[in-house]
Amino acid sequence: MAYHQKVIDHYEHPRNVGNFGTSEEVKQRKDIGVGLVGAPECGDVMQLQIKVNDETGVIEDARFKCFGCGSAIASSSLATEWLKGKTLEEGLQIKNTMIVEELQLPPVKIHCSVLAEDAIRSAIRDYKKKNGIAEEEAQSA
Amino acid sequence: MGVNLPIYFDNAATTKCDPRVVEAMLPYFTEVYGNPGSRNHSFGWAAEEAVDRARQQVARLIGADRKEIIFTSGATESNNLALKGAARMYAKKPAGQEHRGHIVTCAIEHKAVLDPAKRLQKEGFDVTFLEPPADGVITRAMVEEALRDDTILVSIMWANNEIGTINEVPEIGALCHERGVIFHTDATQWVGKMPTDVVRDNIDLLSMSGHKIYGPKGVGALYVRRRRPRVRLQAIAEGGGQERGFRSGTLNVPGIVGLGAACEICMQEMDSERERLLAMRNRLEEQITGRLDTVQVNGHRERRLPHLTNISFGFVEGESLMMATKEIAMSSGSACTSASLEPSYVLKGLGVGDDLAHSSLRISLGRFNTGEEVDYAIDAIVRAVEKLRELSPLYDLHKEGIDITKIQWQAH
Repeated sequence: MAYHQKVIDHYEHPRNVGNFGTSEEVKQRKDIGVGLVGAPECGDVMQLQIKVNDETGVIEDARFKCFGCGSAIASSSLATEWLKGKTLEEGLQIKNTMIVEELQLPPVKIHCSVLAEDAIRSAIRDYKKKNGIAEEEAQSA
Repeated sequence: MGVNLPIYFDNAATTKCDPRVVEAMLPYFTEVYGNPGSRNHSFGWAAEEAVDRARQQVARLIGADRKEIIFTSGATESNNLALKGAARMYAKKPAGQEHRGHIVTCAIEHKAVLDPAKRLQKEGFDVTFLEPPADGVITRAMVEEALRDDTILVSIMWANNEIGTINEVPEIGALCHERGVIFHTDATQWVGKMPTDVVRDNIDLLSMSGHKIYGPKGVGALYVRRRRPRVRLQAIAEGGGQERGFRSGTLNVPGIVGLGAACEICMQEMDSERERLLAMRNRLEEQITGRLDTVQVNGHRERRLPHLTNISFGFVEGESLMMATKEIAMSSGSACTSASLEPSYVLKGLGVGDDLAHSSLRISLGRFNTGEEVDYAIDAIVRAVEKLRELSPLYDLHKEGIDITKIQWQAH
């Protein structure tokens, strides 16, 4: 399968790889939201962590790790780039179709973008839950 | 000393045609172009002579008589003819009825056996698909247990195309002959690489392909035993009655000449080639399993083809692994899975966990591979796995001592 140049670029130079600590450490930190989505038997698992400024509600930093194909890696790498500097509400506006368009994903790879959107929502939901912020926005989106 | 990239390590999918084979074929396009079926002029006779010579070369490689070789378009056609041809010929009840006879095969056969077997199921035959054990080897005992009074055909591949495991074919052949059951083996990955004797090993029908043994694509053969027992088949392609009526259609003379030449070379070189490839394969496995943790070689460790290995890498995904090693042509699971998102049915059949089945590489070495290529590939694969594990959330969890199979994943 021929990948689009943008996928190859993200795959070869993934942005913001990493985490803000071990899974136990980030669980304790209130400024971090974690999304872990997918399943090993489906062939992709994405972990997205966001670091949020609790005064401004702005996502100051984002990190990802991904077990998956090149498109999945590129989708999650792109998601971290887009999330940085956005507010939580702006982050929720990122839709999988935007990722598909940006990376020119073929139909068989659309699920990778869906997973990235799930990871974003899940990380934001985690942050809100930790900080006692109402969830309506997340669910209605 | 460098290596030429990309490196071809997918010889179980197809092989480069040996230049000596191409040389042998060339005159049969423009000089000796007659139809072997033309019995009344020299053009036809010359072509027939070439086909006869090739028939002899193929027969010798597998210990058959030349009259027992039927030329086909490849192993897929040979398998179709063997299964459908034998089942329909030896059916115990006419078409349209149920329980027309019992067939035994295995769940990790190639699709070119599985799909004809499923077709026969729809036509009223009963089919048992044996489930392989974790080491992948189908034994005589497993087949024996599946046999019934109405079993007419057993089809078990000689060596598996994805993991290279070698089934107990001579033993199963002996069993079938004791019980008066026709025995077919898909020997596509075996013939030309390993010594083969259809008489000694009690084979009734054997499928083989040209392009897996450094011959051309589009040609193969089916061995059909003529004595004790004389095997009959109902033809699929009907027409001019070529190939003793088993397979009508003008013979692919250049292809057949190429297949014959390829068999001749294999006959002469397979022993030394096997030793050379085995040493390369072992070095590859030792280095990769020594330098990386959580790596698993799939299938029985000893009963395996010497030139093939199938390795699963924990915590990395197969397609991204292929992408990271794109200068090396290998297969992720089975060759046909690249477009689908399913892990290999063969590895799943062996009970390899889904997470591992998703990240397996089949490396198959061949005549034209070198030791330098193997060394290059070892480094490239180790680097790629390390890079992807840096990216892998599963590897982090593993290092933290968390069992990823115990996590409640949300399948999507």
